[in-house]
Amino acid sequence: MKGHLGKRIAQVIPTLLLVSIMVFCLQQLMPGDPALVLAGEEQDPVVVAQIRKELWLDRPLVVQYGHWIGNLVQGNLGYSWRIRQPVIQLVETKLPVTLQLGVMAFLIAVLIGVPMGVLSAVKKNTVWDYLANGIGLAGLSTPNFWLGIMLILLVSVKLGWLPPSGYVPLTEDWRQSLATTIMPAFVLGNAIAAVLMRHTRSAMLTAMEQDYVRTARAKGLKELAVILRHALRNALVPVVTLGALELGTLLSGAVLTEQVFSIPGFGKLIVDAVFNRDYPVVQGVVLVTATIYVMLNLLADVLYVLINPRLRGL
Amino acid sequence: MSAVVTNSAGAVMAAASQSPLRLAVRRFASRPAAVLGLIVVALFVAAAVFAPLVSPFDPIATSWTLIRKAPSWAHWMGTDENGRDVLSRVIWGARASLMAGVISVAIATTVGVPLGLLSGFAGGITDTIIGRLVDAMLAAPFLILAIALAAFLGPSLENAMIAIGITATPIFVRVARGATLDAMTNEYVEAARALGSHPVRVAVHHVAPNILPPIMVQATLAIAGAIIAEASLSFLGLGQQPPDPSWGSMLNSAQRFLSQAPWLAIFPGMAIFLVVLSFNLVGDGLRDALDPRAK
Amino acid sequence: MRNLLMATLAALPLSVSALALITPPAHAQDAPTQTLRIALREDADMLDPTLARTYVGRIVFAGLCDKLFDIDAKLNVVPQLATSYEWTDPKTLVIKLRDGVTFQDGEKLDAEAVKYSLMRHLTMPGSSRRSEISSMQSVEVVDPLTIKIQLKAPNSPFLAALTDRAGMIVAPKVAEKEGKNFGLHPVCAGPYKFTERVSQDRIVLDRYPGYWNAANQHFARVIYQPIVDASIRVANLRAGAIDLSEQIVPSDVDTVKQDPKLQLVISPGLGYNSINFNLASGPRANTPLGQNALVRKAFELAIDRQALVQVVYNGMYPVTAQAVPSASPYYAPDVKPPARDVAKAKALLAQAHVKTPVVVHLMTPNSPDVQQLAVVMQSMAAEAGFDIKIDSTEFATSLGAADRGDFEAFLIGWSGRSDPDGNLYSFLHTGAPLNYAHYSNKEVDAWLDEARAATDVAARRTIYGKIAAQEEADLPIMYLYSATNIVGMTKKLSGFQPVADGMIRLTGMKLAK
Repeated sequence: MKGHLGKRIAQVIPTLLLVSIMVFCLQQLMPGDPALVLAGEEQDPVVVAQIRKELWLDRPLVVQYGHWIGNLVQGNLGYSWRIRQPVIQLVETKLPVTLQLGVMAFLIAVLIGVPMGVLSAVKKNTVWDYLANGIGLAGLSTPNFWLGIMLILLVSVKLGWLPPSGYVPLTEDWRQSLATTIMPAFVLGNAIAAVLMRHTRSAMLTAMEQDYVRTARAKGLKELAVILRHALRNALVPVVTLGALELGTLLSGAVLTEQVFSIPGFGKLIVDAVFNRDYPVVQGVVLVTATIYVMLNLLADVLYVLINPRLRGL
Repeated sequence: MSAVVTNSAGAVMAAASQSPLRLAVRRFASRPAAVLGLIVVALFVAAAVFAPLVSPFDPIATSWTLIRKAPSWAHWMGTDENGRDVLSRVIWGARASLMAGVISVAIATTVGVPLGLLSGFAGGITDTIIGRLVDAMLAAPFLILAIALAAFLGPSLENAMIAIGITATPIFVRVARGATLDAMTNEYVEAARALGSHPVRVAVHHVAPNILPPIMVQATLAIAGAIIAEASLSFLGLGQQPPDPSWGSMLNSAQRFLSQAPWLAIFPGMAIFLVVLSFNLVGDGLRDALDPRAK
Repeated sequence: MRNLLMATLAALPLSVSALALITPPAHAQDAPTQTLRIALREDADMLDPTLARTYVGRIVFAGLCDKLFDIDAKLNVVPQLATSYEWTDPKTLVIKLRDGVTFQDGEKLDAEAVKYSLMRHLTMPGSSRRSEISSMQSVEVVDPLTIKIQLKAPNSPFLAALTDRAGMIVAPKVAEKEGKNFGLHPVCAGPYKFTERVSQDRIVLDRYPGYWNAANQHFARVIYQPIVDASIRVANLRAGAIDLSEQIVPSDVDTVKQDPKLQLVISPGLGYNSINFNLASGPRANTPLGQNALVRKAFELAIDRQALVQVVYNGMYPVTAQAVPSASPYYAPDVKPPARDVAKAKALLAQAHVKTPVVVHLMTPNSPDVQQLAVVMQSMAAEAGFDIKIDSTEFATSLGAADRGDFEAFLIGWSGRSDPDGNLYSFLHTGAPLNYAHYSNKEVDAWLDEARAATDVAARRTIYGKIAAQEEADLPIMYLYSATNIVGMTKKLSGFQPVADGMIRLTGMKLAK
């Protein structure tokens, strides 16, 4: 177990290097010249050339990458070409927003997805199963941006219950903060809930056919205890792995939802940076996202081993 | 469509080596929800294939006198912002959206599953390398990949499928690897290995059938995700090019008229919902029918 | 009446003291306490007038940075930080500055500061202003309130440049210290000073009590929020989460109209939307459309602009066949879009001996409304024998493609300038940077230069008329419609003055309690 964990930690740095190289190469493939984007509406060729020189865009890719890595080692992620703010500062302001949204979405997803998954597995092939399936799938098959706009129209405009968009930090006013994030968190969470539900159901069905569950049943344990203590515990293995993956995707995947609700998070930051060819922001944010992602995976791995009794001996 | 066909056929083959094919079919047929799902999927596939025959109007024929008309007897699902028949566009859109969903998932499974199997089965350095690549890919945002691909290939539905397929691959590697590891702790796999069976034989005969259920579940969900991903790519100009319809692009253009013409969003949305639901019901049925532990 | 009075007062410096007699001084106990929340269509870029390039950035500058001059509703140049100007000869511009103006850090704004800013705009590497004022030879400080600008050659659009970002004066000490980071903490001489920015979330400006026209500023704070989705901007407006939204799209106009709490202000803009044909830039210019003006004419005749705008924008944008906005004194009234004539279009194609259908790859931005525009044109042009293939392309990609000549036809808009030169020269003159089509007509080049040098309005009007007519014959650019500024706001808000540039001028605006 310890050896396994140590090995995984040692793999973090190469993975992140791989990510940064991949992103650098992909940027190079992307059409569109950052200098043209930055040169303003008039596209003055003299200014385009000045910008190219200033941003090292006229140098070989390897030199650009070396420069970036060199700065990174000194803890410098560079600054945004578009608004000139240091990338690290952008990350500091956006990360708490997305983390808050992500955690809320994940909680909502677990609260909806896991019980529904259990219900539909236990009451397999009954009305309850179909109902849980239907609700879960409705969430999954509704495009986020559509659901978001519908919610704003209904909850904010028609009913006036919640602010339609914008974001208030938790530290400023936690009630307002929850009010501004609950709708987008629901939109994001309900899609993940469907994924969790499917996997919970699938894993529960498998677990409930296992010998130890049968044994537990045979021993006369109450049905609920069997479900919770034995089946669910084992069913959670794939759920946890998948959950960590989903949470990782949330970091950069909440783009359209963040856009609809005008939430200034990571997803919006990176997509705007891509469209504006703001490469330092793209690189910096991808690196941070990747780091968090890798950490989550590490965590999932550890949990995987901890939860699954059969793997504990490995 | 082909992915599921290939997939289920493969699954059926694999299962058949252990239990009769007929048993699986009978099991599947005994589940009304699964059968219903299959019927709906089949209906959509038929609509997609026979679109020229079944669609009442030309899906790209504009009419300036019929702009955003509510559903009526002449136009069951109303008309869109260019006076085009929404029903016809939903039918033709089934082609683009089903293809986007199924082909991209086919790409992802074809590439991802063998890699995951290899990774889980071989372990060691192979596992590490594949694992790092998967981690790196999952960590790199989808849009960068999609835009970079468009640079090479130009915006089109086909390229969108490739982009979605590539980005969906790592999760299949993950799931296949996880399930492989799980399967390898099973007594009969351990027994087979202890008895000195050839690793490939073990992989094909004992591990593969075990990883099918989670892959099925993942594939059905991934098809849904891919259909929605196609919508997002259409938004970036990397998906289906106008005027040809896909459900995703229909939803995107409907966005502007949600309060004035809600039917523009409702019908393609319902089409997506129905197809996704059906794929999942089919996947469920398959899972139960093929479950190696239930034999 | 009151709004009108305030606008007049804002424009006339002499009346400011008179106003102070009527209204109690704003820095007294009843200093404004209200916050104005404005929705923008996207996030602004750098808040540095020298480096800034986005349209929404200009809207923020309208509250943050005063300019030497402003434009009024009739596109006349009116005083702002300057009180008057005089061309002592066609190459020499003498500008008198307003007395007693201070920057938002309390520093005095004088001729030295103006000189500093103008030189910064001209010489800072990467300056987006350079091309706007590149005709400037030197700036001379005559006395603390007078500067003399020497031009390389007579250039009448120069003055118009000073009504936009090139005329914004930055605090020299801060700019010198911060260099390219000035945009992170900008200090200008506008009515509201920079307080905070959270990128993609909000830009917060607070009232600067020392502003020269502070009595007409009625907000303690102004917050600009980017809200990208047009329907969400309207939802926020309806929910009362914002007070004013720029760029309401035509499909949302009825929704705003039907809301009893909201009002709309619709006014003609300076920009336009057009199709640029690739005439000579690279191999993709070798199309019937690029090589033959008859084919382009046929294309134009195949399109019913009026019906196009009716379908896509509820008829809210006026159709046009020229780059100069109708509000401008340089508008050519006899250059009008031709009526649709499919038979004639077919005849022209036959005359040009091209094989039909003529395939046209049309590169378009990927916003849904522009895509609809393309689809409608596709369907119209098909009847005349054109097969339009729509290549919807994301912005930065299309910029690169346009620059390389990797397009056949490019559907693109221009935000517009108050002087016609800003809408024409860079697009039509041989070798100019926005001349993506590589259009080259010696006569047009000569006229463009001539109109730049001419100072007389009537003379310039005649020249621009000739350019518009020649352009309609050569058709390097097919103009579709002129921009219209549609601003939505709560009925509590009064004093908003629509000007064609679409800026939100905060002076005189007021929120009822």
